[in-house]
Amino acid sequence: MATQDIFNAVIAFDEETVKARTQAELDGGTDIGTILNDGLISAMDEVGERFSAGELFVPEMLMAAQAMKAGLKILKPHLSAGQSKSKGVVVIGTVKGDLHDIGKNLVSMMMEGAGFEVVDLGVDVDSEKFVKTAAEKSADVIALSALLTTTMPSMESTVKAVKEAGMTTRTIIGGAPVTQSFADQIGADGYSADAPGAVKLVKQLVG
Amino acid sequence: MIIIGELINASRKAIKAAIEAGDAAAIQQVAKDQAEAGADYIDVNAGIFVGQEPEYLKWLVETVQQVTDKPCAIDSPDPSAIEAALAAHRGTPMINSISLEKDRYDKLMPIIAGTQMKVIALCMSDDGMPQTVDDRMKIADTLVNGLVKNDIPVENIFVDPLVQPVSVDKAFGTGFINAIERIVAAFPGIHTACGLSNISYGLPARKFMNQTFMTMAIAKGLDGAIINPLDKKMMANIIAAEALAGRDNFCMNYLKAFRAGMFEG
Repeated sequence: MATQDIFNAVIAFDEETVKARTQAELDGGTDIGTILNDGLISAMDEVGERFSAGELFVPEMLMAAQAMKAGLKILKPHLSAGQSKSKGVVVIGTVKGDLHDIGKNLVSMMMEGAGFEVVDLGVDVDSEKFVKTAAEKSADVIALSALLTTTMPSMESTVKAVKEAGMTTRTIIGGAPVTQSFADQIGADGYSADAPGAVKLVKQLVG
Repeated sequence: MIIIGELINASRKAIKAAIEAGDAAAIQQVAKDQAEAGADYIDVNAGIFVGQEPEYLKWLVETVQQVTDKPCAIDSPDPSAIEAALAAHRGTPMINSISLEKDRYDKLMPIIAGTQMKVIALCMSDDGMPQTVDDRMKIADTLVNGLVKNDIPVENIFVDPLVQPVSVDKAFGTGFINAIERIVAAFPGIHTACGLSNISYGLPARKFMNQTFMTMAIAKGLDGAIINPLDKKMMANIIAAEALAGRDNFCMNYLKAFRAGMFEG
């Protein structure tokens, strides 16, 4: 199966081969949804698994995502409305007072790689902005990141604001000082220790 | 090298448990071990205890200073916690840290203005994390000038240009060390300091990366480090790097360390 070549090239972080094989499959008439799901997206799932298992490291995850995106760029103009529909909308940002965005960026990248539409609000985002954007975009999930113990209370106030707004949008949290018990304590819908775990979590919540 | 011992931090499980249990002996052991290993300042951090931070930080300062004459590095962005800790502190402490984030800057400056306290000036602003050397210099310039205008001698300022992981951008390592070089050149008499383990985030064998990066930063002029002083390899590495960088007259510290067995094993 030739989509397997695309899958393999993403796993090998080989951007040029991803581009060439994606173009070849497209020209050869392979179903675009098959190329996207069996080639590109499932490769990123595999990369996520290997990262969580400690076999791959951050730079490799970045390279794989870059290769995947190069393939996606070739497919995009050819996707039908149904095929280009995202798997869900995720609004993401670091909470008020927190400017550390590296973890958030990794999560954002892996979410995109898994086929979600990501609205990245950047850093130091207050609860009003999370709520407003999630409503505008009909978001399925709001993902909150914090690196500092001092900004963890901003997670609590944002989760609270989402609930008070009467929204059904689910909230998930992550970041170095954050734990599952903190998520339970503040009433967030989920917690993940790493980026691939966050993708799995969103799949569960949305699916 | 001015060593700030980082171990008394409540985000570490053993320290959190000791604080909660009021176990002074456990805290004092960590303080003594760090002082004996060469720490010049004992960092104290109770940041995970929202609401109780002032009380716990004060207790940490008192507890630590019962067993060592070393000053503390008071590690908090919260003015009320810092003031509580200062009330208990003997000698001249270090404040870890002020930054250009407006809220933090406005609240901490009145506490340190006109004093002889040492202060770590972290290169972060409300515009986010600095990416390039120029970003860092711009923040450092505003911070240092602000501190000097508030009667803090330049010799008491330790600029931290902010380490970011090289795993996400290959320019982050050089961005940091080149900023050290420029800061040292731009502000004669100033110090630099950093917690550098963030450099190796996302990579395996982090200790190896951290030690090598320390050597590179020392070559550019880094003279302060927030580290685990019980890490013998790191301490030995620092001593060798300082001698190689021409900051150890007649290699006396290097030889002293050799005779103390620091390069064995």
